[in-house]
Amino acid sequence: MSVRASLNPRAAARGRVAMEGSLGDRILRGLCIAAGLLAGGTLLAVAYQVISGARLSISTFGLPFLVHSAWAPNLGHFGAAVMLYGTAVSSAIALLISTPVAIAIAIYLSMLAPRAVRIVVGPLVEMLAAIPSVILGLWGIIVLAPFMQRHVEPALHGVLGFIPIFGPAQTTGLGVFTAGVILTVMVVPIIASLSRDLFLSVPRELTDAAESVGATRWEVIRGVVLPTTVSGVSAAIMLGLGRALGEAIAVASVIGAGNVVHVSTFETGNSLAARIALDFAYIVSNLHTASLFYLALILLVFGLLTNLIARQIASRYDVHRTFA
Amino acid sequence: MTSTAPSPELQPGAYDPTSPLVASGNLRRREAVSRAISGLATASSLVAVAALVIVTVAVVRHGAGALSLSFLVKDPPQFGGPGGGIASAIVGTSLIVAMAAIIATPVGVLCALYLVEFSAPGSRPARAMRLALDLMQGLPTVVVGLFIFGLVVKPAQAESGFAGSLALAIIMLPLIARSSQEVLLTVPRGLRDGTDALGVDRWRAIMTVILPTALGGILTGTILAVARAAGETAPLLLIDGAFTPGTTVQLFGHAVPNIPVLIFTAVESADPSAFARAWGAALVLLALILIANVGARVLLARSRARMGL
Repeated sequence: MSVRASLNPRAAARGRVAMEGSLGDRILRGLCIAAGLLAGGTLLAVAYQVISGARLSISTFGLPFLVHSAWAPNLGHFGAAVMLYGTAVSSAIALLISTPVAIAIAIYLSMLAPRAVRIVVGPLVEMLAAIPSVILGLWGIIVLAPFMQRHVEPALHGVLGFIPIFGPAQTTGLGVFTAGVILTVMVVPIIASLSRDLFLSVPRELTDAAESVGATRWEVIRGVVLPTTVSGVSAAIMLGLGRALGEAIAVASVIGAGNVVHVSTFETGNSLAARIALDFAYIVSNLHTASLFYLALILLVFGLLTNLIARQIASRYDVHRTFA
Repeated sequence: MTSTAPSPELQPGAYDPTSPLVASGNLRRREAVSRAISGLATASSLVAVAALVIVTVAVVRHGAGALSLSFLVKDPPQFGGPGGGIASAIVGTSLIVAMAAIIATPVGVLCALYLVEFSAPGSRPARAMRLALDLMQGLPTVVVGLFIFGLVVKPAQAESGFAGSLALAIIMLPLIARSSQEVLLTVPRGLRDGTDALGVDRWRAIMTVILPTALGGILTGTILAVARAAGETAPLLLIDGAFTPGTTVQLFGHAVPNIPVLIFTAVESADPSAFARAWGAALVLLALILIANVGARVLLARSRARMGL
């Protein structure tokens, strides 16, 4: 990166001009730096607040908090296992469904759709991400959950019932699987729009070359487009995962607020973020608050990790550096 | 051409110039696979658009019944039950989000200015700032809510609309910074070179040429961030959730009614009239957000056209 900077005399000169510039330049530059420090400081303050809020729970339960499944605020029993399981399974379901769908959408928008369709469908897919999670949650309870319970879950149980995760449908349709489906709706537009931009950035010469030797459209996609963008798409999937892990409200609405780990995904469960959102109105003790902060700390670590991994993967991808 | 004999290298039967030019054998299979994948890709896009339509139609169908003029100008009834409207929540959400935008927009634009105008792209401070903004965007919103709870609500012993504004500002900041950065990067190079050639100070060039040129795009980013923040529920539930139904314009000292929490608490309650009100509120919120999204896109297209992109 430093090589790039020194090769860019314009940027270097700009920095120097600003450094030695007039009072106005120095003030504006100072304001910009202050804004940056404010952003960075906020991030550190978030980490500090969450850790200090969780301290009581950390000192009481320690790491076994992660594997205890009891959550009984009135008895002082707290453990994150049910929530960790629910978060992991609902996010996994969301990613398993949304990854192929989102990549297919990106392929359609970047390579197949006529221009007139593309400029309408592209924004519509992005607008799916604009629907507030609370509205998706409301829709999930009233419309989606009964539909899942009546049609989707019995069908899946009928065909794939020999796999324990597809148990018999329960009475309400609220559960981990429905939460995964709602998360899918939220994750698909993220992965799709990022992947579409990546596919559009694949150098034209590469796809032209593949087509000129007689590759079909799918062979161009599989042989050229996907391999050149695989790390970028993986980063997009990680960002989608980050979104799924941290979603509180939509999941809280449809996951059923269960207290037990069920193998069947059609049963109720809970997620880290949903537990925080649901419990906060009914705090019974300081330990309860601290345990919710402990959950938030786990969530924060996951959130930061997925983001860092996404950045790491994405930084390896630079089609222009390779082919320009 | 047809008179020349097949070249000796070719296997007999591999190339027959007299056969019709249609796919056969292996090629036919490959094209079938390609067509099948294309069909799946098209179908996936249809499913995504259908999801948007299904949710929107469900909200309209359930919410239209509740919608009326009095729904928009009356407060919810004091002790639950039917009747009333969501005026207090509309006023509250507008104030909270406006305050968040007032906090986040200048900071976000300044961050973008630093990245584009005051630092080399690969320099250490620029990378640190980009990392901070990326991580901030990745913060789960419920964690942001807990942060403000610990920072503001707990010491003050009171929920407040302003605490909600702070949380929403943290959510909006990276969105505004990123979109502003992208717009600033598209400001035509000639404009910068022109001001440099005239010996204009950098800050004056930024204030009088670069920012005005990028204004449309920055505004677009801000509108999208506002639309995103207006529907955020998790942080408000923790720090601005226990409100009374009456209209208030005072953001400090007490919880302020807002649309997202009104919807969520209705979902968790068993009161059928609260459900009806929640659907009406969802319709109002969704309409505002989708209109803001479409408007922002139109604005962006127009400002890009003006910049000659």
